[in-house]
This record gives sequence, C-alpha cells and structure tokens, in this order.
Amino acid sequence: MADTDEPEKKRRRVVELAEKMVVDGGSGRTCEWEGRWNHIKKFLERSGPFTHPDFEPSTESLQFMLETCKILVIGAGGLGCELLKDLALSGFHNIHVVDMDTIDLSNLNRQFLFRPKDVGRPKADVAADFINSRIPGCCVVPHFKKIQDLDETFYRQFHIIVCGLDSIVARRWMNGMLLSLLVYEDGVLDPGSIIPLIDGGTEGFKGNARVILPGMTACIDCTLELYPPQINFPMCTIASMPRLPEHCIEYVRVLLWPKEKPFGDGVILDGDDPEHIQWVYQRSLERAADFHITGVTYRLTQGVVKRIIPAVASTNAVIAAACATEVFKIASSAYIPLNNYMVFNDVDGLYTYTFEAERKENCSACSQVPLDLHYSPSSKLQEMLDYLTESASLQMKSPAITATVEGKNKTLYLQSVASIEERTRPNLSKTLKELGLTDGQELAVADVTTPQTMLFRLRFTS
Amino acid sequence: MAATKASKEQKYDRQLRLWGDHGQESLENAHVCLINATATGTEILKNLVLPGIGAFTIVDGHTVSGEDVGNNFFLSNNSIGKNRAQAATELLQELNSDVSGNFVEESPDKLLDNDPEFFHRFTIVIGVQLPESTCLRLGSVLWSASVPFLVCKSYGLIGYMRLAVQEHTVIESHPDNALEDLRLYQPFAEFKNHIQSYDLDSMDKKDHSHTPWIIIVAKHLEKWLSEHNCQPPKTYKEKEAFRQFIREGILKKENGVPEDEENFEEAIKNVNTALNPTKIPSAVEDLFNCEQCNNITSQSPSFWVMLQAVKEFALKEGNGSLPVRGTIPDMIADSQKFINLQNVYREKAMQDAAAVSKHVERLLQSVGKPPESISEKDIKLFCKNAFFLRVVRCRSLAEEYSVDSVNKDEITSSMDNPDSEMVFYLMFRAVDRFYQQHSRYPGVYNYQVEDDISKLKLCVNSLLQEYSLNVNIKDDYIHEFCRYGAAEPHTVAAFLGGSAAQEAIKIISHQFVPFNNTFIYNAMSQTSATLQL
Repeated sequence: MADTDEPEKKRRRVVELAEKMVVDGGSGRTCEWEGRWNHIKKFLERSGPFTHPDFEPSTESLQFMLETCKILVIGAGGLGCELLKDLALSGFHNIHVVDMDTIDLSNLNRQFLFRPKDVGRPKADVAADFINSRIPGCCVVPHFKKIQDLDETFYRQFHIIVCGLDSIVARRWMNGMLLSLLVYEDGVLDPGSIIPLIDGGTEGFKGNARVILPGMTACIDCTLELYPPQINFPMCTIASMPRLPEHCIEYVRVLLWPKEKPFGDGVILDGDDPEHIQWVYQRSLERAADFHITGVTYRLTQGVVKRIIPAVASTNAVIAAACATEVFKIASSAYIPLNNYMVFNDVDGLYTYTFEAERKENCSACSQVPLDLHYSPSSKLQEMLDYLTESASLQMKSPAITATVEGKNKTLYLQSVASIEERTRPNLSKTLKELGLTDGQELAVADVTTPQTMLFRLRFTS
Repeated sequence: MAATKASKEQKYDRQLRLWGDHGQESLENAHVCLINATATGTEILKNLVLPGIGAFTIVDGHTVSGEDVGNNFFLSNNSIGKNRAQAATELLQELNSDVSGNFVEESPDKLLDNDPEFFHRFTIVIGVQLPESTCLRLGSVLWSASVPFLVCKSYGLIGYMRLAVQEHTVIESHPDNALEDLRLYQPFAEFKNHIQSYDLDSMDKKDHSHTPWIIIVAKHLEKWLSEHNCQPPKTYKEKEAFRQFIREGILKKENGVPEDEENFEEAIKNVNTALNPTKIPSAVEDLFNCEQCNNITSQSPSFWVMLQAVKEFALKEGNGSLPVRGTIPDMIADSQKFINLQNVYREKAMQDAAAVSKHVERLLQSVGKPPESISEKDIKLFCKNAFFLRVVRCRSLAEEYSVDSVNKDEITSSMDNPDSEMVFYLMFRAVDRFYQQHSRYPGVYNYQVEDDISKLKLCVNSLLQEYSLNVNIKDDYIHEFCRYGAAEPHTVAAFLGGSAAQEAIKIISHQFVPFNNTFIYNAMSQTSATLQL
C-alpha cells in the first residue's frame, strides 16, 4: 500500500473527494455521503488470503454493484423484507421484488416493512416504497404478481435471483424457469446463461440457505426428498374415528362445510375470514364433544384450516442474512460462495450444518435426460398418474399427460380444465395399450411444479 | 382495551404458537438494555421489538457517523452528528407501538463510573462492539447482580456471541425429538387394569384392527414375560423375535393370508422405542444432586422447590420414576379406545402432579412460605416437562479471562484443527489487545493494513504467551483480520442480530435452551461453532 505510485494515489484522492461532495437527489435527500460504503469497500478494494481465486481488488466493483448489478428478490414476506434490507445495505441498488400477496395483520410480527395501516395493500408495493425511502439511491421495483405471470424475458435480465418463498411448488417452478434459460452449445453449457439462484426457507426456529448454480450444482428437484410430502390425515379417521382435536377440525373443513354451505352456495372456506373460522370452530367443538375429545381452540382451528406454520423475526433474519451474504460473494467474487447447503436450528443452543448437496443423476428437472417410465401395456393410465403425484422424487400436483398417438397430439389426461378433465377421465381406467401407446414413445407432462413440459420415455415391461 | 388485546393476538399469532401466551407475557414484562446502536445492535433490537418486548433502553455515547448510516437500517443520513442512541431509538420505536423505547446518551464506562446500579433494572443487558476493558467491568457488575449479559460482536465476516448467566433454569425446553412416556416396562396399576380389560383373542375384526398399538405391545409383552422368565426383549435378536411374535397376532383370512391391520404394523414399528425402560434422564439426575435442590430455603427459586418435590416423589410414590407425562402419540384406533387409553395416562399424570403438589406444600411450609407461592398450574407444567428440565450455567467472563482458570483444554484441542472456529476467538482476543495498546483497531485505513499485520502478530504472540497456549495461528488469519479493518458488513450484523435476539428471548421467557457459552459464526464458510470458554 505504501508503494502505490503517485498517479494511482492521486486518482484515489480524487475519488475520495468526490465522495465527500453531496449529491442532491432531487427531493433534497442526499444520495451519497462520506463514509457511506466504508464497511463494504474493505471487501472490494483490498486483497486478502481467503478471497476467491478470481477476485481482484478494485474501486469499480462497488460502482458495478450500485449501478449495474440487478438482483431479483422473490417474495416480500418474512424472508423478503429482510432480503431487501440486507441487499440495499450491501451496495445493491437495482432490485426487483415479486410477491402476489397482500399484507395481513399476522405478518407484522416479522415483516418489518409493513405497518398496521398497510394491511390489505400489496406486499411488493409497500416493501419497495419503504426501502426506497429509507435507503437513499436504492431503487426497488415491485411486481404485484405471481411468479408464473412473468416470463423468461423478465427473468433473464437479472444477475442473481434470491428466493424467500413459502411453497415448494413455487420453488420448483423458479428452479425450472432458470434451467430453461440455460444455453448449451454442442452439449457444453454456456456459463453466461447461468443465473445463480439463492434459496432460503424457514419454519419456526429452523431454516436453510442454499446456493444453486443451475446446470452445474444440485437443483431444487435434485434434493426433493429433503422436503417430505405433506402428511394429511386419512379420510376414515376424519370421517368416523377422530381422536385428536385436529381430526375434528378437518372433519368440519373437509366434510361439513361442503355439505352445509353455511355462507351460501359456492362460497369456499376462507381461512382469513374470522366469521368462517368461528363457524368451523363452533362445529369442531360439537364434533369433539360427541367423541369426548378435548383441546379444540380457536387458535388450533385457524392453524389447521390455514395450515399455519409458526414464524418469528429472528429465524428469518438469520436465513435472509446468510442468503444476502451469498449474493454479495457471487456479485463481487470476493469469496468462494457457499457450497452449497446450510441448515440452521436454534431450538437448543444454535446449530448449523453445512454440506454439499449432490446432483441427482436422473433428476427430473436438471438432468436433461428424459426419465424412463416402466409399465406393462396392460397397466392403467391411473397407475401412471398416481406415480407422478406420489413419487418422492416427482411430487407433481396435477400433471397433464399428452402423447403423440398415430401422428396426432393426444391429451391423455388433464385435470385443470373441467371440461377436458371430464372428457379425458375415462382414459384413466384404460390400459396403456388401449390408449394406443407404444414402447419407447415420448410422453409430455405439464404441471404447476415446472414451467417447462417434462419429457418421459415409456418403456413396456412384459 | 379488548380491541387491542384481540389485535395483539392476531399480530403475534405466528409466534404465540411457539412460546404461548405465558411466553409472550414474559416478553412484554421485559426491559432490555442495548449498549451501542451499531448495525449489530439495532438488528438485535429489531428482532426483539417486533415480537413485542415491553421496553428497551439504548446506552450509547457515540455520535452518528456517515459510516454508521451506511450499514444501519435504523439510522438515517440526517441524523449524522446526533447522538446515536437517540437516533436509533426513534426508528426502532417506530417498528412497534406496543414497545416503549428509551435512550441514554452516555458511554457505558461513564455509567459504570458514576452509577453501576443503573444496569440492575434490566432483564438482560446486550453489549455490542465493546472494548475488552468495558466488557469485563460491566460483566463483573452484572454477574454480581445476577443480570444476564449477552456480548456480541460483528467483525468483518465473523460474528461472535458470549452469554454470561450464572444459573438459568428451563422448564419448557421443547425438545425436538422426545421419546414418549408410555410406561410399558413397568405399567402402573391403572394401566395394568386397562390392559386387562382387553382380550385380543375374542375381538371381532373391527375392534381388533382398531386397538391402539400400545395395548397390542403391552399384551404381547405380558405373554413374552411369562414365557421368558420375566426378562423383556433386549438384544436385537430378541426384539426381532418379539416383533415377529406381534406379527403372528395379526388376524388371518380364511385362506391363511394375513389381514391388513395397520395398528399391528404400528406396534411392530414402535417396538424399538416403546420397550425402553422409563429411566430418569441423567441430566435430571444431575439436577437432583445439585446443592440448590437439596438445600431448600425461603430464598430458593420455585424451580428448585418443585425439583426437590419431584425428587421426593420419585423416591416415594413414583417408585423410582418421574411423574407420568400424561400424553400419548396419535395412533390407529377407534375414538373410544384411544380416548379411554389417553384418559388412563392423563388421570395418572394428574394423580402424580397432585402427589408432587403435596411435597411442594410441605417444602414451602418447612421454610415458612405459604403454599400458594407456587401455583397448581406451575406444578402441572413442571411435572409435564419433568423429563426435559435443563439448567444452563455459564462461566463468568472473569473466569474466562483469568490466567488461572482459562479453559486451555478447550482452546488447544479445538486448535488441533488450525482452521476451526476457535481461531477466530483467539483473533478477537488479539484484536482487543491491539485496541488496548493502540487505541484503534487494526487496518481501519488502507495505508495501515500492511504495517498492522506485524503489530497484530505481536498481540497474538503476547496473548498466547500470557495464557501459555501452545497453539499455532496461521498468518493468513492475522492478515485477514487486518483486512477487515473493523468493518461491520450489514449481512453479518443481521445474522448475529437474529441469533442474539433469539437467545435473549430464551433468557427472558425461560423457554428453549440457550447456548453455553460462546458462539462463533463464519460467514466465509457459512459455518459456526459453540465453544465453552
């Protein structure tokens, strides 16, 4: 440092002076002030023994991060609010945020960009407003939309994408979208087409943060078994043998409500409507009394109906911070990023576990190899449908299966459009042979868990 | 009033499901002190204000600098030059109107000089980015006053937390994977009678398939004991044979094919865990042997009175066991059979709690305290959690820093791996020395970095020498800590903010178990370690 030549020293001095000058932001707010980025600059402008092999100290990295680097935050809830703050204070001033939800009172214990007066407003909008007014120069662009409402032109513009989602389906969709953006030339992946995906998740006092380089490292679907399928209570328990207060509540939600239609025909149970919950609560108490079951409370009722997951500010703060650190590392090349999965739990002391999740050879999302489906020609289509939804590695929600039969594209079964569902329902009880399918043929499956159609290859067993 | 209560229940709903209304009440009665509103400090406080602690007080003598505003969400650039405690209090207070925010524009050293008892009023004191001398002075005051002290530091990419609390009792530890308390090994009288009321051989298929697996295991165990000289299955082979024995109990169709009896499959699956004798956990035995437990006085906290009562119960009515927990897991069964079985356990738990209550009464009387000093509710909660009781005792900072009582073993054995998180603890100690000597931190300005490396190395060596620590600290870490230049990047502050806040909540609520006693977070590798120093 003491040996830097004079012109360089002079250039740095000029830069320092420039930073001291106040830049008027239009509304009288200053966008820069002396020392603003001191905490960050040490990591961008100084060499060190643990930096990434590609790292070169430079005064230009900060400018890149402030002016050019574009980050997308998915979700403006518990993790999203934290992420926006963390990124804005880490030198990222071009941020977009997507969230389809509006603010609820129960969000306020942790989603700190929202206030009681904001209840009912779109999360993305309020979050963006708050950050933009608190952090001078930061520009957060909100999108009050579902992630599925945006297309690849939108997603392609970002350098890094960070997810703070509360649904596995949405994660898989995002995962699939980034995989679909990958460009292969002669079978070789073009690294320029990779958009790193940082994914965070929390539940009570547990959380995890992971770094995904689509096409290179384990993707969401590679490790689908880490998210076991949600357990629902068996119908016979709900219908005739309740033992727990939860069973009584489910009975009312699943059987009694559709039967009694307490708020009118076609009115679906809305977990956010206190009147609906009150009705379910009262009926659940009656059900419980019939079977001498204790423990039905209003809180439990709401929890079961809405499938509420407990949440606190602290866990979200920890996981979002870990994710934002990774965004910083990747954008600045300052350090080698997390490779690639960190788990956190602070029920008993604080526990973290970091490991490298491995790619699955035949991953349904990222392996690019059409999966084989083995069935005898006399198997029914229903069996295939069951496999697609129940297998731990696929966990599809409502797959639509199409195939090319006798030169024509045929929809074998589709659930999401009522008229087509009715028309194709008889196919479920037909055999694969009856449906005209042949050994080795391709089947295309579409589902909410993936933005792109998945290809399978049918293999007949004898 | 009612409207605010309802809206508070809604607002805090997601966290009430974790620590309950009583946990929330303890938070709302708490007064937290934060020293130094740096980014780490305000992030910690944010995660305490949002869940609704009663009050906070920020103690900070610094004025806000441009650098401060750059990494701190709760300082705005128009507060540059103002007192940092005041500036941060405004924006933190704004987060939650249920919370009362206060500030003291004073350095902690001044307060320690003039009014050390100032700190006695707090439920917990959180000290952030404190120099070593202040830390130790404050630590000593708080230790004597039995006020929990949480020390936090974010330095470059490393986070550090140290908890100093003499004795912290936890009744509701909420363990993640607790074994059920089924008493299959030594069934109590009412359970035995209940088991007798079943005759599996004479049941129709419907009843047979909907008998709780606990009964199935109990019945088969009875038979097994009578045929094996009262010896329960212990080895893997024996348990396999026992599982097979249960499997043979499954009803068969006319053609000999076994019926589909899920309850029997459950029984088979649960043999391994169900057949463990109900022992008093060693952690609880240790507590039974504590002085506080065996020497009940009128000053004894209710935890120890109840513990002694449970100990007496175990020796007498409990026949060597803790009070029955009273809960059973859900299992395939018809409603009536399940509820009846559940009630057997519930009633026994109530009975045991009542017996414990009598012991509590006697103990309280014996030290001249009224029996109402400890409520039935508290006793029931204590009994329900008897298997999971925990007491955390941290060493004082004085003990950690004294040459006579430094935990050399922990340090040297960790440093067998020179890249373990322990190296960061040693670097922090060295950096503190540097600050003491030079009244500044190493490498703050670019031109200082290179020279400070050798200066910091001298501090490292003097530290190791003073404590006779025969460990090697790689030069890379010394270089890295100079590179950090005492920077406090926001994401590291935020990670520590969440971690520390939750530990503070554990201390305040006495639910879940706090760490003991040093936590290090490495943001470079996203790893962490807990050390006992």
